[in-house]
Amino acid sequence: MELSGAEIVVQSLKDEGVEFVFGYPGGAVLHIYDAIFRQEDVRHVLVRHEQGATHAADGYSRSSGKPGVVLVTSGPGATNAVTGIATAHMDSIPMVIITGQVISPLIGTDAFQEVDTIGITRPCVKHNFLVKRVEDLAETMRKAFHIATSGRPGPVVVDIPKDITDPSVKIPYEYPKSIKMRSYSPVDKGHLGQIKKAVRMITEAKRPIVYSGGGTVLNDASAELTDLVRTLGLPVTQTLMGLGAFPATDKQNLGMLGMHGTYEANMAMHESDVLIAVGARFDDRVTGKIAQFCPQAKIIHIDIDPSSISKNVRVDVPIVGSVKSVLSDMLKVIHESGARPDPENLENWWERIEAWRGLHCLHYEQDGELIKPQYAVEVMNRVTHGDAFVTSDVGQHQMFAAQFYQFDKPRRWINSGGLGTMGFGLPSAMGVQFAHPDSMVACVTGEASILMCIQELATCKQYDLPIKILLLNNGYMGMVRQWQEMFYEGRYSHSYVDALPDFVELAESFGHVGMRVTDPGQLEDAMQEMFDRKNDLVFMDVAVDPEVNVYPMIEAGKGHHEMHLSPTRKSRGAA
Amino acid sequence: MRHIISILIENESGALSRVAGLFSARGYNIESLSVAPTEDPSLSRMTLVTTGNDNEVEQITKQLNKLVDVVKLVDLSGGEHIEREMMLIKVRAEKAMRDEMKSLSEIFRGKIIDVTENSYVIEMTGDSAKLDAFINAIADEHIVEVVRTGVSGIARGNKALTL
Ligand SMILES: Cc1ncc(C[n+]2csc(CCOP(=O)(O)OP(=O)(O)O)c2C)c(N)n1
Ligand SMILES: [Mg+2]
Repeated sequence: MELSGAEIVVQSLKDEGVEFVFGYPGGAVLHIYDAIFRQEDVRHVLVRHEQGATHAADGYSRSSGKPGVVLVTSGPGATNAVTGIATAHMDSIPMVIITGQVISPLIGTDAFQEVDTIGITRPCVKHNFLVKRVEDLAETMRKAFHIATSGRPGPVVVDIPKDITDPSVKIPYEYPKSIKMRSYSPVDKGHLGQIKKAVRMITEAKRPIVYSGGGTVLNDASAELTDLVRTLGLPVTQTLMGLGAFPATDKQNLGMLGMHGTYEANMAMHESDVLIAVGARFDDRVTGKIAQFCPQAKIIHIDIDPSSISKNVRVDVPIVGSVKSVLSDMLKVIHESGARPDPENLENWWERIEAWRGLHCLHYEQDGELIKPQYAVEVMNRVTHGDAFVTSDVGQHQMFAAQFYQFDKPRRWINSGGLGTMGFGLPSAMGVQFAHPDSMVACVTGEASILMCIQELATCKQYDLPIKILLLNNGYMGMVRQWQEMFYEGRYSHSYVDALPDFVELAESFGHVGMRVTDPGQLEDAMQEMFDRKNDLVFMDVAVDPEVNVYPMIEAGKGHHEMHLSPTRKSRGAA
Repeated sequence: MRHIISILIENESGALSRVAGLFSARGYNIESLSVAPTEDPSLSRMTLVTTGNDNEVEQITKQLNKLVDVVKLVDLSGGEHIEREMMLIKVRAEKAMRDEMKSLSEIFRGKIIDVTENSYVIEMTGDSAKLDAFINAIADEHIVEVVRTGVSGIARGNKALTL
């Protein structure tokens, strides 16, 4: 088969089994767009801003496990994509981003729409390639997918000068079946000796706890985690990125930990004697003050990335390997040996945990005339039976969604945990809906965040994406306001969101259904109506109490045991 | 502590900036960095001198290993090794100082490789400490210019950093 560079790009996507490319055309990628035009296997989704393309591909990947693919032009196309690339990088999402580049002889001359894409993206990709010869193109594409999807996943940029895609230059094409790179060979299996040591430590523990992160979700190790936790009767907590890997409705689940984690999760971390960290990276929002982090615990850390281990917190038993394979090896060891933690110790431990749980740290009162944002998420959870894919933006609404939506399955909770990118919610929901055309997809957002990628409402119209947007409209950059209230004596510097559009009319002007709810008594019916409209995008603007804060809260740099609890919680224990 | 990390890296354009970028992005110290192709033209050998405590250096080597272009690396400071650096130094050498410079250079096994009426260029190799010592032995006002290559290092004995 003889193909041009442009055709090779498209053919290699087919050979990778790519269904969707999220992109936006421009001069440097026109040959590739022409090749896309002349085929039907790979579907191109036209977004309205390159940031949207990257988030859409990202949401597609997070919800499906398959790599997301992006195609953008040189210069501004590439720079617009950077935020989405960095977002994917921080959360280890496999993506391949194809960027056009000016023709090779013009590189370095400040040519029209030239930027140093390789230089700009280097710090926020797993790897990047500048293609210098059309003969290298197929292999480079193969390598890009291989690197993006193996080991600790991440985004890979392939920068292709326009002359490389010249339709008049055809070369023989063969897509490499497998790829071997002497400089890159991630491990999968964990060290059996370490695994046995870990099992011994866990079964001898008095106060063990499992702390599971995004790696468990990304590695599809939810079943193994659940098996381990249930077999040993352990308490488990998850990071913001790890929600759904263990059922939220299970008694053994203590919920999320960290800055806005539950009282029981954070206290159990603080008091534990053996911590089993699974696919988590000891992020500062999770650990709080390192010096006070799990002061009594011996730490076991399972992670595919050796550089994650002992980066922030010294670990006693490091196990490098994929979460799935290490957990199944652990389960084998456990089943063979029959060893279990001492039941009496565990019972005592659970008793303490239940006492912490009894504080009902997430309690709020839906009283008065204003809708509480927590209530809105709870109602959505009820109406959807906890069975929707939920994306979010960044802010209080994100934390309320994480705290109050009950994720029983992995890959259902889609949010920008590492970079915290406002604007992520709507475009990522598009990607999720493309991956799951028949599922409920909801985007929980704030009035500030949604405006950052609002133009994607047009994409949703073009492709008939029946996303449900739940806007928790508090009129503030609520999370910013909360910090200003707590740490700046209520000086709300530029956190009031003024001059807001009429979101109902805005949605309608894009051809969607808009709804507004202000009365708590009407919320449930309205929510039901929204989700009954199976074929429509519904934009629901919910006026919520403007001054609700997210609790519990650990201030940055404080220990897990130093939580602020909500003033409205049921019982008032000492925190 | 000072560590000498020796790296085999794919000889690709951009490989050097990945390493340099890693150090600046993560705030690691970099004292010197030297890089050149090896007998296998597809590979470059890089010698990097850095300082940090054990944890920091462990992170540095892990992060370097994580770079897709890095094939292999070794922290030479972990075992017996040899380090060498070359220096070209231009010194003022006038009247009485000419003989003094010459004998000082000989003490340090330097070679005078360029001579004018009032200056010498001296070539000298050794470990970094020796070159430092030579510089310190000359009064500042006699030094015109110093050019150092940065450290190259190799393990002693049979051990080797090869594919
Ligand atoms: C692109 C970007 N800019 C700034 C921020 C900082 N930031 C974090 S939360 C937040 C406020 C978000 O307001 P809104 O979307 O209304 O959500 P709320 O907190 O009110 O629920 C801001 C500005 C960010 N996370 N991302
Ligand atoms: Mg808001």
